[in-house]
Amino acid sequence: MAELEQTPAPQYLDVEPIRIEHPFVEFLKAYSRNYAAIAGFLVFLLIVASALLAPVLISGDPFDIVWTPFSPPGADGFILGTDALGRDLFVSIVYGSRATLAVGGAAAGLTIFIGLTIGALAGYYRGWVDEILMRVTEFFQVLPPLLLAMVLVSLFSPTLETVAIAIGVVSWTGVARLARAEFMRIRELEFVKAARSIGARDRRIIWRVILPNALPPLIVNAALTVGIAILFEAALSFLGLSDPNVMSWGKLIGDNRDFLLDYPWMVTFPGVAIFLTVLAMSLIGDGLNDAFNPKLRER
Amino acid sequence: MRLFTIILQRLFYACALLLAVVVFSFVLLSLVPGDIAETIAGESGGASAEVMAEIRRSYGLDQPFYVQLLTYVGKVMQGDLGQSFYFNLPVADLILERVGPTLLLVVTALVLAILVGTLFGVIAAQKPNGMFSHFITILALVGFSAPVFWTAFLLIVLFVAMLEIMPLSGLVDPLTEKGTWLWYLDVAHHLFLPVLSLSTIYLAQYSRLARASMMDILGSDFIRTARAKGLGRRKVVYKHALRNAVIPVVTIAGLQFSHLFSGAVVIETVFTWPGLGTLAFESILRGDTPTIMGILFFSAMVVIVFNLLTDLAYRIIDPRIRMSRTA
Repeated sequence: MAELEQTPAPQYLDVEPIRIEHPFVEFLKAYSRNYAAIAGFLVFLLIVASALLAPVLISGDPFDIVWTPFSPPGADGFILGTDALGRDLFVSIVYGSRATLAVGGAAAGLTIFIGLTIGALAGYYRGWVDEILMRVTEFFQVLPPLLLAMVLVSLFSPTLETVAIAIGVVSWTGVARLARAEFMRIRELEFVKAARSIGARDRRIIWRVILPNALPPLIVNAALTVGIAILFEAALSFLGLSDPNVMSWGKLIGDNRDFLLDYPWMVTFPGVAIFLTVLAMSLIGDGLNDAFNPKLRER
Repeated sequence: MRLFTIILQRLFYACALLLAVVVFSFVLLSLVPGDIAETIAGESGGASAEVMAEIRRSYGLDQPFYVQLLTYVGKVMQGDLGQSFYFNLPVADLILERVGPTLLLVVTALVLAILVGTLFGVIAAQKPNGMFSHFITILALVGFSAPVFWTAFLLIVLFVAMLEIMPLSGLVDPLTEKGTWLWYLDVAHHLFLPVLSLSTIYLAQYSRLARASMMDILGSDFIRTARAKGLGRRKVVYKHALRNAVIPVVTIAGLQFSHLFSGAVVIETVFTWPGLGTLAFESILRGDTPTIMGILFFSAMVVIVFNLLTDLAYRIIDPRIRMSRTA
């Protein structure tokens, strides 16, 4: 106790004034310090841009047969060669990004919507609501997700919408658990009690008071969710359980898999496209995580 | 005594979950647009009205929906998963015939991923900023981002097309005599590529996880105490710290078992592995409803049993969890 009295009083006047920046500016600065995350973001932008601009940049249909099959990359003016049906692989991959991104994005959106709603309600209300919702979550965790998605797609029509919904329905459990944990933690904090004491309703507390504070981990998770949804879409269309009239990366691999041993590039290139997209999403996720948690950055 | 009640409670939950899976899959697959009787008749090449009525009667399709559901649930409880439309064989027999190869694939991949992943993580944690640590970070990113079937194809190109040292597909060379040691060796040879492709994803994740938890633990008080009382570095790392670093890996591995099963479906179709995954995929394409329901039920059961086992496993690894009521 004696030491306490001897410590000199803090010299407030000597302290340099701290420049306080808008949290978003601070966030951007932290994110831009992570080069891998910037690279990920740029790759992602490039892929989205090529998906959006595909009809402008490239004339022709990805299903058009343009040349002899199995033409190697670079030969006869086809950058990535042609596939087993004589379709231009480059055109197919650029067009394939549209279905992959659209389904991946929509499925991730649905995943987050279901997961967040269930997790928020379970974590906020606790008690029997929590009990029931967690049992439902466990139920969906027990069924192998891809198997269930395959069954769902085959039961209903194999369209892009069905595929997106099927992926969303099987993959929300992780988001729900994360959201539940965050809501359970935050609901005990002072400012939530303060909001309740001035008469805020449950609905307002959940969506306007707790949710904004629970967002950081959920946003990081969202980047990964998009990546996982894209992998899911690729697997389903690879297995032929997707719209046969829409070109996608997984379908391209599935269509050409029988010629793998002799013409490996037809399977390699679409796979590279999937790999790069998902890699970009996980780098973005890492960057967001670092930017949201400055303390972790030293590790 | 306490452990016993916990196990009983878990078993009760497990049975309730399984019942839910059975009801869910039955209701879901009854939503199939179209007439199941026509699917069955279609397999035998179309049929007249009398035959259709006969099919409806023998499969119980003329009964009200809830009767069909209750009959199915009752049968499942007795271990009867119904009759496959396509093979015209009991679904349970079909599944039991295929379960061996799948478990061989999945369990080998899982054990490999946990062992090698933990080992990598532990090695990396010794030098948090060393070369090996960076390698693991990159491996984890790559492992997460590469679609499992694509990894498999790249490995096929490398090992089958270029090096020509691995078989392309199947469980075993049909010419090998069953039961001999050559047969086992040949199975192991065929197992190599599927296991490698399947375990890469998980291996990468686990090594990152093990590295993080190992670093956490190496900085904790009890490790410092152990070092201070003069224990060697090696002993502290591999005896005291390792035990704790494994816990999160086992936890995640348990939670991910159903995902591993999903991966197996894809890998099995790539390597034409005669397991449940190929059966599931083919049954879905054929619209063989009883088989699909049976596989959903069976895979849920395997996942539940596996979750129970991991629960027990980390109660054994970590005495703190053993004492507390809920994990």
